[in-house]
Amino acid sequence: MNFSISLTINGARRNVELDDPRTTLLDLLRERLDLTGTKKGCDRGQCGACTVIVDGRRINSCLALALSLDGADVRTIEGVAQAGRLHPVQEAFIAHDGLQCGFCTPGQIMSAIGLIQEGQAGDDPERVREGMSGNLCRCGAYQGITAAVLTAQKALAAASRKEVA
Amino acid sequence: MPDIALTRAPAHVRHGSNIGQPLTRRDGVLKVTGAAKYAADQHPAGMLHAVLAVSSIARGRVAFLDVAAAKAHPGVVEVITPANRPTLAQDPDEKSDPFMFRLDLLQSDRVRYANQPIAVVIAETLEAATEGAAQLAPRYEVEPARVGLDAAESFVPPAVGVGNPAQVTRGDVEAGLAASTRKTAETYETPAQFHNPMEPHAIVAAWDGDTLSIDTPSQGLAVAQARLAGLFGIPPDNIHIRSPFLGGGFGCKGFISGPQILGAIAARAVGRPVKLVLRREQMFGPVGHRAPTRQTLRLGADQDGNLLALDHHTKTISSTFDDFFEPASDASHTLYGSAAIATSHEAVRGDIGTPLFMRAPGEATGSVALESAIDEMAQACGMDPLAFRLKNYAEVEPISGRPFSSKALRECYRQGAERFGWARRPLAPRQMRDAEGLLVGWGVGTATFPALMFAGNARAVLRRDGSGVMEIGAHDMGQGAWTALAQIAADALGLDIDQLEFRSGTSDLPDAGIAGGSAHTATAGMAIHNAGADVIARLANLATNDQRSPLFGAGNAGVIARDGRLLRRDDESRSERYADILGRAGLAQIEGHGTGAADAAAQADYAMHAHGAVFAEVKVDPDLGQMRATRVVGAFAAGRIINPRMVQSQLQGGMIWGVSFALHEQAVIDPRSGRPMNANLAEYHIPVNADVPSLEAILVEERDPHVNALGIKGVGEIGITGTAGAVANAVWHATGIRVRKFPITIDRLIEPR
Repeated sequence: MNFSISLTINGARRNVELDDPRTTLLDLLRERLDLTGTKKGCDRGQCGACTVIVDGRRINSCLALALSLDGADVRTIEGVAQAGRLHPVQEAFIAHDGLQCGFCTPGQIMSAIGLIQEGQAGDDPERVREGMSGNLCRCGAYQGITAAVLTAQKALAAASRKEVA
Repeated sequence: MPDIALTRAPAHVRHGSNIGQPLTRRDGVLKVTGAAKYAADQHPAGMLHAVLAVSSIARGRVAFLDVAAAKAHPGVVEVITPANRPTLAQDPDEKSDPFMFRLDLLQSDRVRYANQPIAVVIAETLEAATEGAAQLAPRYEVEPARVGLDAAESFVPPAVGVGNPAQVTRGDVEAGLAASTRKTAETYETPAQFHNPMEPHAIVAAWDGDTLSIDTPSQGLAVAQARLAGLFGIPPDNIHIRSPFLGGGFGCKGFISGPQILGAIAARAVGRPVKLVLRREQMFGPVGHRAPTRQTLRLGADQDGNLLALDHHTKTISSTFDDFFEPASDASHTLYGSAAIATSHEAVRGDIGTPLFMRAPGEATGSVALESAIDEMAQACGMDPLAFRLKNYAEVEPISGRPFSSKALRECYRQGAERFGWARRPLAPRQMRDAEGLLVGWGVGTATFPALMFAGNARAVLRRDGSGVMEIGAHDMGQGAWTALAQIAADALGLDIDQLEFRSGTSDLPDAGIAGGSAHTATAGMAIHNAGADVIARLANLATNDQRSPLFGAGNAGVIARDGRLLRRDDESRSERYADILGRAGLAQIEGHGTGAADAAAQADYAMHAHGAVFAEVKVDPDLGQMRATRVVGAFAAGRIINPRMVQSQLQGGMIWGVSFALHEQAVIDPRSGRPMNANLAEYHIPVNADVPSLEAILVEERDPHVNALGIKGVGEIGITGTAGAVANAVWHATGIRVRKFPITIDRLIEPR
């Protein structure tokens, strides 16, 4: 039997006919909706490669059953750049070389966007490191990742100050 | 034939515009937008999902699999077991060369290690295949597992690592020890470690008759192609492998693994494309690991701290069915000058998957023991550990007596120590505390890794529109091949990098050799360099023999290629655009080929190694034993640096592996069952961002005229060596406790002694 759910994915409403209640959000994105930017590193919520933002919060999409997310707003790496323009976090990852093999990178970037939105870390590198520690990087690009989050945080804060003014 | 001065010109005459620039990654936008397609991101039409069932015992045989239950699960299409596995052209246990590792491809019901594949379930969906595999509910005839370094009688392996002799001696170690006034003899243990790239091994395979099309991560496309050709009995050219991006390799994707091949077998069995991705826990068995070691180091020194004897013995373990012996003792061949050196290895066989090359195989394992032992001897001599290392600085390679092709290690020590502030280090341990009362310790370690080269080929094309193409089947596992090799290619062709089309990462391109041994940039880089020189020489030949060209007759003087033009070497005002030369000759394009390989004569005359000095600060909670490597500074000399941005990233990554080796990483194998007990990323600890707050890699300038024409040594692995020892030595300096079993864990610092 099929299960109908409705999701907003990267701003577009999608009605999804789920053929299997066991399907995780991660497998739905990767295997059924052709959104393969989100990666599977462990399938147990231990590595963070599958991080996406659901209803404004970063989650491990491998631990979320798609069926339980009816009506949710999902943002994935594919929805971060707007109109061909990279997001400040993406730009900063390239500038600071916050990646090597790139496999954890989509998860790192979604986590960074979530962290900045949460306003938890501000410009304190130690808190950025802590807040990014749910995302493993085996290549060891952590110095660049931390620098990138701080740079992007600054750029986004400046942009929002401008907006307010 | 005109004199083609170009090919022999020192690289720096033509190069310089692209090499050395800190370009950002050329694949960066693809990777930060999620558009970079890794193997498991492929989804051809009609594709099925395959899931492995793996053994939960380490030794015995599979007595029963409930194939009927698996097949009855909705969506399951096929179950492959040893009973119905399609025949192969070659026995997976055949071994015709030392680097053809035996594979588990369902050839029998025998189980020889935990997590060995025992069946493949293929289904319409991943969920159905996963449940089908669970339904198999295997029953076993279990035999007692042989686990660990004391599993069995030991023996001296015929060779260790890549065909190195198991025992090497220079001078008389026993006489040296007898003459020594200071002696140390200690034993160090290192655990089994698993590569764990973030991307699990994955394959998407599709057959069309006898033609096989594959997406799979590979550090060695040509070797994988040959292995598959042998097993399936088809010509290598019938196999097309795409591996544009690896989600990390670290050695476990150097040779195509059994599970990847099972994906291709599954696709053939069902006549549809199949995707097979390893689950994380399945990576603790069939895809290699770093073997555990027990190393005994005996050192002797005279009154003044001169090393007189260095004896390094390693005991390690391989599988029951294949040979790979971690060459840990070889780390003592190159680092410290000692009048006498002996290195030796012994091994046992146990019920574990065959160990393999893992980032700095032998060097990482041996270095952490050697650097600890050197520190212990410095302490015995009452000397500063850095002063002791400088006192025993090897002016020539100790084990061979050969001069070094280049060695800027003194400068590494100097720059690293200065940056770190080493001069303020108190000699005795347990002297420093921070504002919060944490114990602070400082340690040093020396880094080294051989400058190797394999054989590789490249094809270069210059086109009439002034652009160029460089083709090479190279591998980007994160080190930055897409960027660094393109930089070399642009200089080789005398073009701006934007005028270059760089093709890489597929098996139909010229074989670039394996991406391993920190040798890929040197090997592929030299192939590219020579292919560029070849095509430029052909172009120059056209011009200098053509009376209409301003370069006519310049053959003897030679020409220089720069910015899409050939210029007369002795008169740069006379030049011509590539496009004009080709246009006048009526050619759409011109092609050249190049090979990169080690220079055997230079290798015989010189010892070739990269070097580095790593300084680490560790803070330890005096009550709880909690540790953190709070600051690590490494200074490395590795010949010519193609892209400093990417090299720093690679060195920092290696240093994090060193921190991990010292403080985090270990596979815990159940001594009763032989199963890894922490086969997941929560319990198999690798550093997270908060574990490595401050890292710095200094690039020390070094020119090496002997390693290769480009002067490249390689930086992929050296960061681990030195760092692990520096961290261990810092823990001692903070606490006064010398831990000789890695990783250093809290219990070892707080247990009553």
